[in-house]
Amino acid sequence: MAMSPTPETLIPEPEPTGRRSVSTWLPTVRDTVLAIALALVVGAFLVIVSDEQVIDAFKNLVNYPGSFFVYGGDVLRYSAEAVWDAYSALVRGAVGSGPALQRTLERSAPLICAGLGVAIAFRAGLFNIGAQGQALVGALAAGYVGFTWDLPPGIHLLAALVAGLAAGAFWGALVGWLKATSGAHEVITTIMLNNVARFVVLYFLAKEAFQKHNSDNLITPPPMDSATFPTVAGLHLGIPLAVLTAAAVWWILERSKLGFELRAVGANPDASRTAGMSTTKVYIMVMGLAGLLSGMAACMTVLGLHQSVTDQVVGSVGFDAITVALLGRATPLGTVLAGLLFGALSAGGLGMQASAGVPPELIQVVQALIVLFVAAPTLIRNLGRIRRRRAKQKTDVVTEGAAA
Amino acid sequence: MRLEIKGLTKRFGSFTANDKIDLVVEPGEIHCLLGENGAGKSTLMNMLYGLLTPTEGEILLDGQPAGFEGPGDALSAGIGMVHQHFMLVPVFTVAENVMLGHEKTRGAGILNREAARKQVRELSERYQLHVDPDALVEDLPVGVQQRVEIIKALAGQAKILILDEPTAVLTPQEIDELMGIMRELKAQGTSIIFITHKLREVKAVGDRITVIRRGKVVGTAPPTASEAELAEMMVGRSVQLAVDKENKIGGDAVLRAQNITVVDPRGHLVVKDVSFEVRGGEVLGIAGVQGNGQTELIKSLLGLVKPDAGRIELEGKDISRHGPRQSLADGIGYVPEDRSHDGFVGSFSVRENLVLDLYRTPEFSAGPALRLDAIEANARHRIEEFDIRTETPETPVASLSGGNQQKVVIAREFSRPLKVLIASQPTRGVDVGSIEFIHKRIISERDNGTAVLIVSTELDEIYALADRIAVMYDGRIVATVPPDTPREQLGLLMAGATPEVSA
Repeated sequence: MAMSPTPETLIPEPEPTGRRSVSTWLPTVRDTVLAIALALVVGAFLVIVSDEQVIDAFKNLVNYPGSFFVYGGDVLRYSAEAVWDAYSALVRGAVGSGPALQRTLERSAPLICAGLGVAIAFRAGLFNIGAQGQALVGALAAGYVGFTWDLPPGIHLLAALVAGLAAGAFWGALVGWLKATSGAHEVITTIMLNNVARFVVLYFLAKEAFQKHNSDNLITPPPMDSATFPTVAGLHLGIPLAVLTAAAVWWILERSKLGFELRAVGANPDASRTAGMSTTKVYIMVMGLAGLLSGMAACMTVLGLHQSVTDQVVGSVGFDAITVALLGRATPLGTVLAGLLFGALSAGGLGMQASAGVPPELIQVVQALIVLFVAAPTLIRNLGRIRRRRAKQKTDVVTEGAAA
Repeated sequence: MRLEIKGLTKRFGSFTANDKIDLVVEPGEIHCLLGENGAGKSTLMNMLYGLLTPTEGEILLDGQPAGFEGPGDALSAGIGMVHQHFMLVPVFTVAENVMLGHEKTRGAGILNREAARKQVRELSERYQLHVDPDALVEDLPVGVQQRVEIIKALAGQAKILILDEPTAVLTPQEIDELMGIMRELKAQGTSIIFITHKLREVKAVGDRITVIRRGKVVGTAPPTASEAELAEMMVGRSVQLAVDKENKIGGDAVLRAQNITVVDPRGHLVVKDVSFEVRGGEVLGIAGVQGNGQTELIKSLLGLVKPDAGRIELEGKDISRHGPRQSLADGIGYVPEDRSHDGFVGSFSVRENLVLDLYRTPEFSAGPALRLDAIEANARHRIEEFDIRTETPETPVASLSGGNQQKVVIAREFSRPLKVLIASQPTRGVDVGSIEFIHKRIISERDNGTAVLIVSTELDEIYALADRIAVMYDGRIVATVPPDTPREQLGLLMAGATPEVSA
């Protein structure tokens, strides 16, 4: 059997036009690392231009050009100091101490779970923009079971957890069902269901049964201790559960029949149908799973951190999850790493604010920039390669020719 | 314009795709480039069209060295290319597509559509292309879309036209029309490089034939060379063009279709009251021009679309309401017409595609889990058995050649016991060596007693395989004839003539 590559194996055959696999949206590992580095560089620039010492030195530089070297040196020195202060505070705030590490992990856990929910849908060719709504209904269900039912410890936790997962799964499966039966596009339905979820939660929070005793605020009591994750060495057990969940998602995707089906449907629904797969089943299953994972993210917050349920309880985890999944290339391992990174940035941002006086919004800018750079890989690849641009354009033409 | 290629070489890493190719195309000549899939024809043409830079060698136009940096350079030098996959904007009119990229304006940025229309009309008349400049491209049949591509190239003042596998997507009638157009172009001085692996076509229009094998020119031949000679040059060994088989009369009817009617999603009646039966151990060939209801008919047999009326029986059992999962499990093997669309998942590995409809059987799964070792063993076995040319079982199927992609589909469908095999266009876009192989496998499946239904628009294939031939026209089976029916008569039936003979 001849094993030599033919030109066709080197220049991939053109894909049928009109069909672009969702996977072409995913960045490469190198692009991702570059994007993170570049975002930190831009962040450093922002730190510099907003640092008062640097600004003063720069004013002196402009006012007394005769002392160029003195004040120029000041500008450089203060800039370096400002960046060092900010980023070292960031690292200390994220991993520099036990409490810092704990905070990082606590913030990562929900991001990982919800990120897995977005990632698994992505692999089936679906854009799940609805992790936010799925998490919110999950939070309400888990919270309700957590603060009303009186069950023995362990069983109570399990019941609350199951309620949160089931509510999220239901909310997600709804999207799959709508898509499979009516062809409604999941981007539209997930976005709309996010709103529906928020108002459903607000509606329930307005009921007395969901409110704290003697209070009219739209906030539930925190879950009873019997319904919260036990803590070992300062860490609640939801965190290892998140990691185990990632492993389970990996197993489903790579080792199970369901994973085979959902990856096949994601890459080519027509061929999957011809091979006897049910796209209806896959869409409902995968969106149900995605919702379940988002529900688990909510449990990390409500049952892991003893949070009362409000319409803000999950923060923006559903939207950050999209970023985390994208950055993690829709793989479970990648999602865990991206979740840890965003958890660390978020925890480190607090430290940065406390010890270096840098506003925490900087971290949000850096996170947004990472996404921006990841979404514009050509931009990054071209940086610092201006001289080789000509050659690069040629290869572009070839790949376009092959891909057209 | 005279085109001369001297010692052109292209290497990708350690792999030499083109090795010192020499080629001369005289003005007004139809020069055929014959070779199997993967022989290096496309690489050569991509260099000629400026898409790839040669590693060594040169391209001379009228004796002057030409260095192309991109397709733009090739176009302005007078080289036009009609790709296998058309580069047209479906929602634009013909004239708009032709003007695309070099739009003429009336100043102030207003498009001068009239000029483009006029140009299309002129070229269409001059070369007898019969293209309406105001038709929307998406409404045109494939054959006409191809002519739009030719007009695009001619509008760019092409003196050398490269046609890359132009007949792969055409019906027999359209192929005849295209050949007429090629002769017309030639008569008016345009040179044509005609890339193909179909011997009949080469002999019909070619002035000179250059055969390429494994990146090298293995020889040139006049169009008077026999098909067997050309095939041998192309493949490198003698090839059996016709499958060795005896026609058979089948046993009991295994698959029976009764009064099948299918309405497509747009409300058109596409299959009209079709009845036939396929017996065990025979091949029923459904001949017909593309788009006469064959696609919908076989989809309804598998259960991909539900027939709106009629009954389908497998061994006497009604399966009209079954979906594909059930039908596949019942022992129907299915090779779809458009393999990259319906036959495999391009980004999946060869290994995964080889179990695309088998992964749920006990052989390849246990409970919710896949049995990876069994899947791997199956892949190694099938790759060997079907001679699938792939680097590893993990290679994505999208990066294999068309012939090998089809072998993956065939290998998968043949790897379980079948009662019925339904294969549509089993060798479309497949090289000669693989055609021979696939045809042999189909016949041996028949000899095992499987009822085989072949749908093909290529009469050669129908003749090679069928024990009985049913002709489909306008959604109906207009006649069922024996395999020794003359070509002309079948051609007439396919074109909708009233049947005189029916068996």
